Amino acid sequence: MSARRIRISLEVNGEPVEAEVAPRQHLADFLRETLGLTGTHIGCEHGVCGACGVRLDGAVVRACLTLAAQADGGAVETIEGVSDSGEIADLQAAFEKRNALQCGYCTPAMLLSAQELLLENAAPSREEIRDHLSGNYCRCTGYHAIVDAVEETARQRRGGPA
Amino acid sequence: MTERTSPLSALDRPNSYIGRAVPRPNLGRLLEGRGQYVSDISLPRMAHVVFVRSPYAHARIVSIDAADARKGKGVVAVVTGAELANVCTPWVGVLTHLKGLKSPPQHAIAVDRACWVGEAVAAVVAASRAEAEDAAARVLVEYEELPVTADMDDALAAGAAPIHPDFGDNIAFERRLDVGEVDAAFAQADAVAEAEFVFARHTGVTLEARSIVADWNPGEQRLTVYQGTQAPHMMQNIIARHLGLAEAQVRVLCKDVGGSFGIKVHVYADDMATVALSKLLKRPVKHVADRVESFLTDIHARDHRCKGRVAVRKDGTILAFEIDDRTGIGPYSVYPRTSAIEANQVVNLVGGPYAVKNYRARARVAFQNKNVTCQYRAVGHPIACSVTEGLVDRAAAAIGMDPVEIRRRNLLPDDCYPAESAAGMKFEALSHHAALEKILAMMDYEALRAEQARLREQGVYRGVGIASFIEVTNPSAAFYGVGGARISSQDGAAVRLDASGAIVCQTSITEQGQGSEAIIAQVVATAVGAPLERVRVILGDTDNVPYGGGTWASRGAGIGGEAAWRAGRALRDNILSVAAAILQTEAAALDIAGGEIVDAEGHARIGLDEIARIAYFRPDTLPPDFQAELIATRHYAPRKFPFAFTNGVQAASIEVDVRTGFVKLLRHWVVEDCGRVINPQLVDEQIRGGVVQGLGAALFEHCRYDERGQMLNANMADYLVPMAGEMPDIEVAHVETPTQESELGAKGAGEAGTAGAAAAVANAVNDALAPFGAVISEIPLTPELVLRAIGAIS
Ligand code: FES
Ligand code: FES
Repeated sequence: MSARRIRISLEVNGEPVEAEVAPRQHLADFLRETLGLTGTHIGCEHGVCGACGVRLDGAVVRACLTLAAQADGGAVETIEGVSDSGEIADLQAAFEKRNALQCGYCTPAMLLSAQELLLENAAPSREEIRDHLSGNYCRCTGYHAIVDAVEETARQRRGGPA
Repeated sequence: MTERTSPLSALDRPNSYIGRAVPRPNLGRLLEGRGQYVSDISLPRMAHVVFVRSPYAHARIVSIDAADARKGKGVVAVVTGAELANVCTPWVGVLTHLKGLKSPPQHAIAVDRACWVGEAVAAVVAASRAEAEDAAARVLVEYEELPVTADMDDALAAGAAPIHPDFGDNIAFERRLDVGEVDAAFAQADAVAEAEFVFARHTGVTLEARSIVADWNPGEQRLTVYQGTQAPHMMQNIIARHLGLAEAQVRVLCKDVGGSFGIKVHVYADDMATVALSKLLKRPVKHVADRVESFLTDIHARDHRCKGRVAVRKDGTILAFEIDDRTGIGPYSVYPRTSAIEANQVVNLVGGPYAVKNYRARARVAFQNKNVTCQYRAVGHPIACSVTEGLVDRAAAAIGMDPVEIRRRNLLPDDCYPAESAAGMKFEALSHHAALEKILAMMDYEALRAEQARLREQGVYRGVGIASFIEVTNPSAAFYGVGGARISSQDGAAVRLDASGAIVCQTSITEQGQGSEAIIAQVVATAVGAPLERVRVILGDTDNVPYGGGTWASRGAGIGGEAAWRAGRALRDNILSVAAAILQTEAAALDIAGGEIVDAEGHARIGLDEIARIAYFRPDTLPPDFQAELIATRHYAPRKFPFAFTNGVQAASIEVDVRTGFVKLLRHWVVEDCGRVINPQLVDEQIRGGVVQGLGAALFEHCRYDERGQMLNANMADYLVPMAGEMPDIEVAHVETPTQESELGAKGAGEAGTAGAAAAVANAVNDALAPFGAVISEIPLTPELVLRAIGAIS
């Protein structure tokens, strides 16, 4: 393996980050191991399970299929960032109320995917919710409760009763 | 409301948390990405281990040349099986109550022969996982290929070469059962239906792979193991035993676990190698399986072929069941729970819901050169349920009876308990008929049938399937302990009032997302009379919780919950005697509600915080001979019944696209009876999650192997799992028949969903395909299988 390192500079959860990374290091490992942002999870490392989802320049991407070097100059948001900012507090509350997570391993990326949908579709049908979350594997819940929680959040954001 | 005897009354008080859907206390951190899974743990000087794995299903290891690998950047050590055998002794996965079960010694790393693709043959330890992987690619292993026996029937065939020559054949275990007059029953039958049911091999696919960090501290002579496990005390015992340590030298810590379902209750060679490497190298060593390793080495399950026959009279009376089940378990019986349990369960459970006296069964468990199989969620239940319910539907078809009617006529009557099945399973009290009537109302059975008939005229093929089932929960020592395994069937709880007046409960059960923490908190809060938010639960640490079994086989609520209930009630009594001493009254005249000591009229007299303050800081003000005891510990193990059987029924509505062969799941219903429901939301979500695992098995999941023992789809792109888009909404309802064996009355609910889902779907698909005269007896129900069955392809 070549010892070549690549200098990157990016923004992570609103904070500037400068680092030297191995060319082969993917973004999920960079976030978890270098920055200690362990809320981004790894389930398959080949782009199928969706557990590693993070936002890169506003779009949810699979951090296991994104090289850390590709994030150079970009803005990354992880579950830690959107939790601290309060951006998805209502969605998190709905997940908690509806027990839309069991082991919680899929949850950070599931929340980011759900928020992505809610930002582009204020009134998604159950089928649209299921469709949008179909890249996020959850072994525990059977999905029903997750769909309920997303539907409920959409309703509340539209001004429905809590 | 029915009358209950005194200890139960507290369950039903107005401020009881039993039966309420309170949210789980541990969700906040998981929702914010602040959980701590083993894969998140990093310790000073921690190294990472990667295993070199056999690419052959059966091969002699001729030589291992690690010279080049040792030069790799960051490499700490390259260790072979022979070297590691000096640190970790081999094990044998047998239990004495499974008579005749045999298995050869298994090493943490193969010593001179690899028996399946993926078995570790060497370990590479390096500063980072990436460096360990780089070096692993440089380990040169010379193999001599040996004959491969991949298929279970080839393994069982007369004259087949034994994989383990000392055994003389490939039969790991065989069981026969013959009850009643089976031949006479078949001779008297008006109709006999039969089929060979085929169940693909599949696996758990927990989203967090198996992970372990082992930290041997030579200075302390102690090993600390962070592991995502369901049974910390079992692991403590086994690690100690095979590393030559005292149990007290081993601490097992289990923090957040990214899914388990039985996958993380077994002893894996990788885990034993990791703890042994930490001891050998005197530093923390971490192993996190990658997804390919998970597919190749996480236990697989099912992989059964079961011939079944049913004898029925024209009036619908089922006279007899007969089965012949074969299964392939890989080259070793898994330690310590063994790989014979699933086949044994199939024999125990077939025909279980029905009042049928005549039953013959045979089960054979074969060694083969594939990955090992062992207990995964609902062990044996989906097979027994699919065989039984498939046969019942075929019997109904043979005599022209509606599938619901034949069940009504044969299910054990709700007033027949206690009862025993032909296989000898003891039922304290079940509710098959109440459950069946409830589900029929939920699904509006008649309307579905009418819709089906209407759509069929338009060339739309819908089907409805029903599956009744029984479920083994709350296992007593009959499951493992009597067979010699040091696996506790008992659980313990210690409940204390701390100095601030809050309640702390240490419990021996574990949490993998089911909601164990919430359940225990609800039980303790109710038992003591404290507000839920003042109860904290500690679990998953052998240094800090009472000894106990953990969370598996649907035992957490029923056994761990009962221990917590009794400990909570005992603490309540202790608190009341302190209160009586302070208030100078009789303890019997007082109660605790909402965190306050109340008198007979319900008036608050003194708070728990004040009791704690006086007991801890002003004991001088209490009577001179009075000592406050503000901690209570209780244990519980079921003794009267080997298992607390539960029951339920599932129904599926599906549509088959006869052009493509795709099966679309439309709706799914479950009614189940897990006794007293402590938290209805958590029970429902256990069921839904379980159903979807069963639906995955029904339609998608299959560990595909070729004849050379190569797994062909060991990745998540090719091994299909259920995703949100294909899954239906699942309606769940309950019948509650509490067990009288415990005060709490809770039974388990973890297996019910998985137990019956595939059977309901398979029956629904066959119902949809009836116009084609097609009957499928195999899962997963792939489009190819469907198209073949209806003759669209050959
Ligand atoms: S870990 Fe990235 S998609 Fe699975
Ligand atoms: S909650 Fe466990 S994987 Fe989704």
